[in-house]
Amino acid sequence: MPAQVPTAYYLVLAAILFSIGVGSFLIKRNIITIFMSIELMLNAVNLTFVAFAHQWHQISGQIFVFFVMVVAAAEAAVGLAIIISIFRTRQTLNVDQIDLMKL
Amino acid sequence: MQLALFIIFGALAVAGALNLLLQRHPINSALSLVVVMMSLAVLYWSLGAEFLAAAQVIVYSGAIMVLFVFVIMLLNAGEEERTTGSRAAYIAGFPGAAAIFCLLSFVFLSERHALGLANIGGHLDSGINNIAEISRVLFTKLLLPFEVTSILILVAILGAVVLARKEEQ
Repeated sequence: MPAQVPTAYYLVLAAILFSIGVGSFLIKRNIITIFMSIELMLNAVNLTFVAFAHQWHQISGQIFVFFVMVVAAAEAAVGLAIIISIFRTRQTLNVDQIDLMKL
Repeated sequence: MQLALFIIFGALAVAGALNLLLQRHPINSALSLVVVMMSLAVLYWSLGAEFLAAAQVIVYSGAIMVLFVFVIMLLNAGEEERTTGSRAAYIAGFPGAAAIFCLLSFVFLSERHALGLANIGGHLDSGINNIAEISRVLFTKLLLPFEVTSILILVAILGAVVLARKEEQ
């Protein structure tokens, strides 16, 4: 009799990862690390999609995760290019000093 | 077996995420994010999504994180200085994050029995495998969205090249 895991535990793990992602998005001051915490949140949401796809025996959750991965790859490429051009004009990666549009 | 896998790799994912939060050098944060993504790949596999487990390793920890590490090295990013952060983050952000976590955990744990148990490998013992199932839906019913994402990737590549190009005076 193999020990089984309730699906709810996977969902709680995803909630933990998402909350850590939100927290580090707020705490971190380096723009690259902030971008990495966005990727962490995307991964946490992907885990809930896969867990529910497993639960309901539907393939659509896994296909949604596939599209999320594609969009995340495109977003990472464009976002990192924006970070490079920000660094080129302002010579800093600290978000406290990139406040031109701040009220 | 599945419980052991879940505990080991779930703990590894949470430890990697906390390490991302606590490390001050971006390269350490990037490497701990790789740990999180690899353990999530194992969890996907244990939920019966082999294709996504392989794609997670190749796309996320293979391509995206290499891009991150390239940019960190290219910009020579050093340790970040800790500042106080914004006031809005402390007033609304952290209570909001804690509230999201508490609400989600409460809902999931109170519906634990309705959600049922996860079997290792899932419903894959039906004679048809995961990749065949995904590709049948992806290339018939969802062919147009699939092609549109390829255009999205093309536009993203062009945008990255244009944005990262050195401006000529």
